[in-house]
Amino acid sequence: MADLFMLAALGVLISMAGALWRAWRGPGRADRMMSAQLIGAGGVGLAVLIAAAREEPAILDVALVLALLAAFAALAFVKTVTVQGAGDPESEEDPAP
Amino acid sequence: MSLAFDLALCAFILGAAALAVAGRNLFGSVVFYIVYGVLIALAWLSLGAVDVALAEAAIGAGVTGVLLIGAWQGMKEAGALEDSQAPPWPVRLWAALGAALTGGLVITAIIALPGQDGLTRTVADEQGALALGNPVTAVLLGFRAYDTLLETLVLSAALAAVWSLSPERVWGGIPGPKHVSRPDGVMASFGRLLPPLGLLVGVYLVWAGADQPGGAFQAGTVLAAVWILIVLSGLRDEPRVSSLPLRAVIIAGPAVFLGAGLAGALAGQALGYPPGYARTAILIIEYALTVSIAATLALLIAGPARRLS
Amino acid sequence: MSPGELLITALLALGVFFYAAGTVGLIRFPDTHSRLHALTKADNLGLGFIVLAAGLHWGDAWIAGKLALIWLLALFAAGMAAQLVARAALKPEPRE
Repeated sequence: MADLFMLAALGVLISMAGALWRAWRGPGRADRMMSAQLIGAGGVGLAVLIAAAREEPAILDVALVLALLAAFAALAFVKTVTVQGAGDPESEEDPAP
Repeated sequence: MSLAFDLALCAFILGAAALAVAGRNLFGSVVFYIVYGVLIALAWLSLGAVDVALAEAAIGAGVTGVLLIGAWQGMKEAGALEDSQAPPWPVRLWAALGAALTGGLVITAIIALPGQDGLTRTVADEQGALALGNPVTAVLLGFRAYDTLLETLVLSAALAAVWSLSPERVWGGIPGPKHVSRPDGVMASFGRLLPPLGLLVGVYLVWAGADQPGGAFQAGTVLAAVWILIVLSGLRDEPRVSSLPLRAVIIAGPAVFLGAGLAGALAGQALGYPPGYARTAILIIEYALTVSIAATLALLIAGPARRLS
Repeated sequence: MSPGELLITALLALGVFFYAAGTVGLIRFPDTHSRLHALTKADNLGLGFIVLAAGLHWGDAWIAGKLALIWLLALFAAGMAAQLVARAALKPEPRE
């Protein structure tokens, strides 16, 4: 059973290679950021798979932290399209600088 | 199967590192560095170092991304992205020499490591005296407590250094821009939804740290991330850096640690714990450190004061 | 192989399939917004199957709860990121 989980982990890891390619090519910054998101989501899955393969519940805490912080970089990124990085891309007008 | 996974992971880490350094696009390099953080956390997991993996997941995948993207934003606004040109070759030569020297030192250190077990057995033998289940916490707060004490002091000193960069007219003011978000928009909702869960995870990590992977630094980083999220989503502003309660929170951890060390010195051994009370003393230090590390990291990311209100 | 193991194997295969689908979408789709929609949906479906497989393998209620929390957090993160990155990508991007 442990080998099966590690085989799945290898599969997820290989599928993450495409994200590196997209992060390299871009073209937009949003595309690059999405690649980081994909690798973050893959990391959560890999941590769960390694935890199951070794039956070590403490490893799940790493998956928990990765999942909790998965959107932080994306949040910082979306703020960069607003003035001084202080706004919200959903607001109609940006705050005065 | 584990070996195949480890080899693929190594290839990935090297690839992400090479792309982060080789890229012409600065934002692309930032993205590769964030990716590298996630992969390194997985590598520590695969090596069985769950404590380090937790710290790397919180720092590398969470907080560093916010810091680097903020730095990129600052460079863009200062116009430093347009006139970026390749550094002259002496600079590159020195950088290459420095990197080669550091790499050589690391390789030498790894080759010089004692056999398979290192100090694992010694720690396991002595760990019972501190009544802690987690050997990493036993080393960090017991056997090598002076290392950890100095590290927490380094963090506080780094924050003092960052604050000292504040311009005179905003001295003691508020760091960072005033963040706003659309009321009840996605960003504000996320900023309200995640902090309670983040708080729970942070408290859990420091509570778990005594007997299983976790501890003050991991928990403090998660709590710092929660703080940063609340600020970024415009729900609360950063405090004034001159605020006395804030400064008390920042030095509380190192002060408690130092106090315990001095009390030990008066009783016979600096940074020693009285027999039978080691676990209690270490837990008090851990909780105090968690709060201080959280505040210090969050304010380090926020940077020097930029405005008065 | 017992029926339980067969089920776990099938769930893992589905999980890896959806992760791979997310990556194929990220590579093949023509523009940023289509890629975003491939990525945030497929990946979290894959994670859901993997979490189910791990939960069945462990067969422990506390661990199942923690796994569910991990998946929920990943869903929150992906939902927020999808919405806001889509908005951010609408703004024209000046060349560097």
